[in-house]
Amino acid sequence: MSDHLTGTTFEERAAEQLVKPFQRQAIPNAVDGTVGHYWKRFEGYDRAGLRRLGRDIRAHAVANLPELVGRFADTCEAAGTQVHFAADAAEANRIVTGICQAAEARLVVKSKSMLSEELELNPVLEREGIDVVETDLGEYVVQLDGDRPSHVIAPIIHKTQGEVRELFSRVAGHELGASAQELTSFARAQLRASFLRADVGITGCNFAIAETGTVVLVTNEGNGRLATSLPRVHVALVGVERIVPRLADLGVLVPLLAGSGTGQPISTYLSLVSGPRRAGEPDGPEQMHVVLVDGGRSAILGTGYQDVLHCIRCGACQNVCPVYRQVGGHAYGWVYGGPIGAVLTPLFKPTAEGMEVAHASSLCAACDDICPVEIPLHDLLLDLRRDRAERRLPGRLERLAYQAWSYAWSTPLGYRLSGTLGLAPLRLVARSGVLRRAPGPLGRWTRGRDLLLPWRRR
Amino acid sequence: MAGTGSNGEAAGGRLPVTLFATCLGDLMAPGAVEHARRVLQACRCDVATATGATCCGQPAFNSGFDAEARRVARRTVRALGRTSGPIVVPSGSCGAMMRVHWRELFRGDRDEALARDVAGRVTEWSTMVAERPLPRLVWNGRVAYHDSCHALRELRVREAPRALLAAVEGLELVELGSAERCCGFGGTFSVRYPDVSVAMADSKLADVEQAHVDALVSGDGGCLLHLGGRLSRTGSPVRALHLASLLAEAL
Repeated sequence: MSDHLTGTTFEERAAEQLVKPFQRQAIPNAVDGTVGHYWKRFEGYDRAGLRRLGRDIRAHAVANLPELVGRFADTCEAAGTQVHFAADAAEANRIVTGICQAAEARLVVKSKSMLSEELELNPVLEREGIDVVETDLGEYVVQLDGDRPSHVIAPIIHKTQGEVRELFSRVAGHELGASAQELTSFARAQLRASFLRADVGITGCNFAIAETGTVVLVTNEGNGRLATSLPRVHVALVGVERIVPRLADLGVLVPLLAGSGTGQPISTYLSLVSGPRRAGEPDGPEQMHVVLVDGGRSAILGTGYQDVLHCIRCGACQNVCPVYRQVGGHAYGWVYGGPIGAVLTPLFKPTAEGMEVAHASSLCAACDDICPVEIPLHDLLLDLRRDRAERRLPGRLERLAYQAWSYAWSTPLGYRLSGTLGLAPLRLVARSGVLRRAPGPLGRWTRGRDLLLPWRRR
Repeated sequence: MAGTGSNGEAAGGRLPVTLFATCLGDLMAPGAVEHARRVLQACRCDVATATGATCCGQPAFNSGFDAEARRVARRTVRALGRTSGPIVVPSGSCGAMMRVHWRELFRGDRDEALARDVAGRVTEWSTMVAERPLPRLVWNGRVAYHDSCHALRELRVREAPRALLAAVEGLELVELGSAERCCGFGGTFSVRYPDVSVAMADSKLADVEQAHVDALVSGDGGCLLHLGGRLSRTGSPVRALHLASLLAEAL
């Protein structure tokens, strides 16, 4: 995991997305559908009370993280699961590679894991000669296409059915039908073959239960269940902040995650995996490994940004974000898009490029109102912008402009001189108060909008 | 306060208030500010003008430049600190900046107590008007209302502007599916990422187009400058109107 991102600005990445007409229609359609399901799901429920409970559970867990990590590791080991700790991506990838090599693995099947996207695990395994197959339908498409997921729940929200058909037809070697049924059947047959041959199954982890040593997988396609039961070895990648104390916490967190993510009361599959196959059990892996990954998380503990660790990766903030709606997830430059990405990217990649992403929000606060665990995303974005300014990352021109502005506008005379007199020449060149092309920095305003100046007819 | 009723009303039933135009209102939409004043007067308010106040500091605050935001806001805090009674702000985001964020901006500052006093007296314009006795209002046409994000989510202003529009005879209010979705202004966001900002406007204006309205009404000068500018650029006949301007026309 290098600190280098793409070497581009949010504006440049967004521009690439804004010219994709289908995506600009598909994403709004998809997210509006999900948000509609969301509101229907929580209709008649005490949504505020449930969110508060969710927040309390997550806040308590994160506040007691060191203790919970220890307890989770103990209960895992008592259940026969081997526990590994990884401070960063490089270490996590080394550990997973080592497990695969010890198992003489030639094929790995993966169920969806955003953490593995952070780690950029797949190319590492492939370099060691280990084949990796993503088995979540969306992730499978993304992998075949050399693309990246653009939403935490719906990885190919940016792709059309036609694109998927073309891609699958290429893999099949013949033209496939256009129906979703035919396309998913094709993927199912391909993936089933991989499941049956795979030596290792790698999964993510939605929640890790400290009291029982359980890895909880919330999925809709059943691939998580196959990945944890068919291969000889199961490796669960667990971000340290995924841990919650009790099994009973799932009673709140699973409906919150499923409801906020897709509007479902509960996901189609809910897998609770507590250790490898025991004596007398007919199936399950011979070995289970949990790789607890820090990857920048504990550095956030105890800072003003701790609340972001409460995130349960439901994608609701992406679904309501008016910026995400236009530009999709890739514009944010790293693994996560939308408001959560605008907070996580600067925290995990605090370079000038990463920090800029904190500005990729109009601060409308729709995310605050939907987040199932009440993360104050809007406040965190403001804090990040403050950090960015304090680190003098904004350009010299921007800093000077704010300084000059602040001195001018701290007196009524300076305000009047710079404001009213500043506008006077613009009013002279504007026609009936409508300025179609403004000079200097205001030219960025008139790129797509007229500047409407005071005019007696208005 | 001696000689006033429980909510600050003088014996004649008139309420003394201070109208803070905001920088955007003062510089870019003085007409709307004048309309805001006229409507307040028609709702039995005695309206004083905030003298010496410039800007709430929001542009710098939202960009992370707290010291600069405080330098400007201090002028406004001190100017408004010399007034008493409600301070009415005809802009949702400025109102939210003053009411919600000033407490944070001035925490531990020598003007903290004053900032808190002023913040506590700030009322968003439509909220104030909706609490007042309304004169008869007539305006013929179809209107869509756009929620300002900060009025809606930080000041929880949702019903007041709609109630005011509902009180206008001849006016048909069309509720947009996207009424509560950000228009893409976002202060400096609109010039930092102009193309994204305009794309956000277009997504909202597509709804407006379909609603076949005469006017798009909002209570926030920023949203209106942005949406109005886009409507003007695309040659749309729909007017972007401040709620105060519409009500002033309806007087």
